[in-house]
Amino acid sequence: MKKTDNTYSRRSFLKVSSLSGGGFMLGISWLASAKPEENLAALNVEPIWQELTSYIKITPENVIKIFSPNPEFGQNVMTSMPMLIAEELDVDFKSIVVEQASYNPALFNRQFTGGSQSIRSAWKLLRTAGASARQMILTAASQAWNVPVSELTTSKGQVKHAASGKSGTYGSFATAASKLPVPKDIVLKANKGFRLLGTPQKNVEGPKIVHGQPLFGMDYKEAGMLIAMTERPPAFGMRLKSFDATAAKKMPGIVDVFTIQVYEPTQKLAMFDTRSFNEVIAVVGKTTWDVMNARKKLNVVWENAPDTKEIINNRETVVPGGLESTSKHYADMLAMDKKPGRVERKDGEPEKAFEVAKHVIERTYTAPFLAHNIMEPTNTFAHFQGNKVRFVAPIQGPDFIANTIATRLGIPKENVEIQLARMGGGFGRRAYGHYMVEAALISKQANAPIKLVYSREDDVSGGIYRPTYQLTYRAAFDENKRLTAMHIKGGGIPESPLHANRFPAGALDNYMAESWSIPSNITIGAFRAPRSNFNAAAEQSFLDEVSEYMGKDPIAFRLELLQRAKDNPVGKNNDYDAARYMGVLELVRDKSGWGKPENANKKRGVSAYFCHNSYAAQVIDLRVKDGQVIVDQVTSAVDCGVVVNPEGAKNMAEGAAIDGIGNALFGNLSLTDGRTDQKNFDTYRMIRHNEAPKKIDVHFVASETDPTGLGEPPFPPIFGAMANAIYKATGKRLYKQPFGDQLS
Amino acid sequence: MIKKFTLRINKKSHTVEADENMPLLWVLRDVLDLKGTKYGCGVGSCGACTVHLNGIAVRSCQLPISALANQNITTIEGLAEKGDHPVQKAWLDVDVVQCGYCQSGQIMSAAALLKSNPNPSEEDIDNFMSGNICRCGTYTRIKKAIQQAAAKK
Repeated sequence: MKKTDNTYSRRSFLKVSSLSGGGFMLGISWLASAKPEENLAALNVEPIWQELTSYIKITPENVIKIFSPNPEFGQNVMTSMPMLIAEELDVDFKSIVVEQASYNPALFNRQFTGGSQSIRSAWKLLRTAGASARQMILTAASQAWNVPVSELTTSKGQVKHAASGKSGTYGSFATAASKLPVPKDIVLKANKGFRLLGTPQKNVEGPKIVHGQPLFGMDYKEAGMLIAMTERPPAFGMRLKSFDATAAKKMPGIVDVFTIQVYEPTQKLAMFDTRSFNEVIAVVGKTTWDVMNARKKLNVVWENAPDTKEIINNRETVVPGGLESTSKHYADMLAMDKKPGRVERKDGEPEKAFEVAKHVIERTYTAPFLAHNIMEPTNTFAHFQGNKVRFVAPIQGPDFIANTIATRLGIPKENVEIQLARMGGGFGRRAYGHYMVEAALISKQANAPIKLVYSREDDVSGGIYRPTYQLTYRAAFDENKRLTAMHIKGGGIPESPLHANRFPAGALDNYMAESWSIPSNITIGAFRAPRSNFNAAAEQSFLDEVSEYMGKDPIAFRLELLQRAKDNPVGKNNDYDAARYMGVLELVRDKSGWGKPENANKKRGVSAYFCHNSYAAQVIDLRVKDGQVIVDQVTSAVDCGVVVNPEGAKNMAEGAAIDGIGNALFGNLSLTDGRTDQKNFDTYRMIRHNEAPKKIDVHFVASETDPTGLGEPPFPPIFGAMANAIYKATGKRLYKQPFGDQLS
Repeated sequence: MIKKFTLRINKKSHTVEADENMPLLWVLRDVLDLKGTKYGCGVGSCGACTVHLNGIAVRSCQLPISALANQNITTIEGLAEKGDHPVQKAWLDVDVVQCGYCQSGQIMSAAALLKSNPNPSEEDIDNFMSGNICRCGTYTRIKKAIQQAAAKK
């Protein structure tokens, strides 16, 4: 792992912690929890359940419940994670009960949704849990029937002994099995032995969702619960000066109005502690409508905030004061491009290659801030009592924020109880759990259980956005139009998107990557495939233009570069597998009929990218009519290793295509004097039904590789494929996102 | 002003005391505990709060309670008595859902579309459904489910 500036290390940290700490340490956590009665009490379930590992409970009646450990935000781990357990446990998947586990680091591994890592990090652990429970049941049956385990077989939750003709349900052995030690040397099935994994399974929560059952944090209610909202500064760079709540307090249903400090001024912050505003006014009342109305009656004086120092990841960071505007952001980024950056990687002699080049292509790409626009606005339930706090929370990373909550409230971490609610979208936004700190403080002050609710305007105008980015690509050519060097220089506000060791690094003798960043008070964070979601757009557009200059087919040109990186890579830190990269390009070429005469009239663009350990490539066919893009077809090829649930996986990749097209065409959060120009869906343009592709075909590379992530990888290349297809349709290369308003 | 209102929701009568301007959305969610109807934007731009008013798809965040006396309101909870509306069945069959938050509204819009237009063209579906936003990007599956529900009706 390369050492970089701490502003780069958010995602890298996750990679390190899941690889180095993760698996083994947490594997032991359920082995250690072999005392069922304690776990039952901890999980607050009826004692009739017999526990076989912390993931599985079985009743004597053979009702089999599987706990899905990770937070669910639409990536459908509530189906795919239990599938891993059910495969080895050998039960009928359609007959089992799946339940969302609560946050419990003593029982469950890596309860974090982010980085497309849930299945990857659970692949062996959850299968081991299922196989261990099966082994315990077999041992109990062998003792009950007095026959060797080797003579027993299982099928769909039943144990059989062929010689004697005996059979029994798992449930009938569950009590005895639960008292056995968890076995150590478990052998997992070979991939070719899978009966469930690789078969399409429907979303286990589908029936509840289509009937409108209350699953989401926003839907939670309990006796005595009040509603809270917060009034926050109207602009980044502002803070509270004073306020008068007299009129607001007189409004119907209003219980209290007070201010909270999200963090103590001296509190050391961790990477997921980001919040837009530290001092906010809490309005607490009976219904959401009451509170929304009372907010309008607050008389607040805001003032410009000075530069403030914060300790983030043990590093002092200055958050600048000032009211920032998008127009100046773009001017500042262009100015940075003229100055030397921080060299992140250099192979060969790139400066010399550019000096002697016969031709240079230089292009600068930009992309705006993006708001997450999670359909379920930010919210959480919290009840602070004594020195404990209980949450029902839509949260991607409960473990990160549990530490922060404990510190802020001065209580032990064990006293932070979090029930994981289904999330109405996340896309990175709900990795930042400051709203749970806010809710706990409000509950404490109001002395009542509360549900903190953000309005859509709160979410759009005070978000934790995808940064604004810029990348300049330069390519040098000799007199024979051969590519001799490439130079990438990029940065962002306030983070650079650069991945210095990604393709095309490794495929070029002369290569240089430089980085810069501009401090800002606009709060930013992870957004579906952080950094990659812009790098892919810029890089894949540029390669298209380079291949055109060289007179080469865009797919053949990419394959040529990758072949070089595969056979004779330049440099040592290349972070991608060239063979798998080529695999998705070849698959998308073949499945889309690329270069076939029957497709000669189609306006199509190709793009491919590697991120989150997986590979994706797409071909997009589109038309532009009266300034509107009509996407006729997306052909998507993905290599994410073994596909656990093909139906869910297809849905993810289809969604990534639609989400990508939407953000490429319309996604835009701009600012004027610190205020966002967009506040709700009437001004923030989202893709809608009529703009979705007419057809999406998804193909997976057949693979024996352990799963490598799916939620994010098919998203970034869409931006490049859109730019390249739009060029074919209009003759116009687009360098500035969003593309939608540049077509008429 | 707080007043008493009688609403007819999912074929049942409910008496509610609330601010006369309170939108139906918050009456359903905060007063009557019918949580299937979702808050998405509060300005009628996303469709997450779609319900049927006398069989027609409307945005419940835009309807004050004072305008609703003696009208038939249907929410996702009452779309079909047994929860087996053809649209709900098609949604499950096509495995439409990702996060699921917008889907109540999508289903209510789709059911209203099929009621007024039992065999919609692709363009009809696009036009009718364009008021319902889905960030996860399930639009193509939604279209397939609507076509399937139409075919089986």
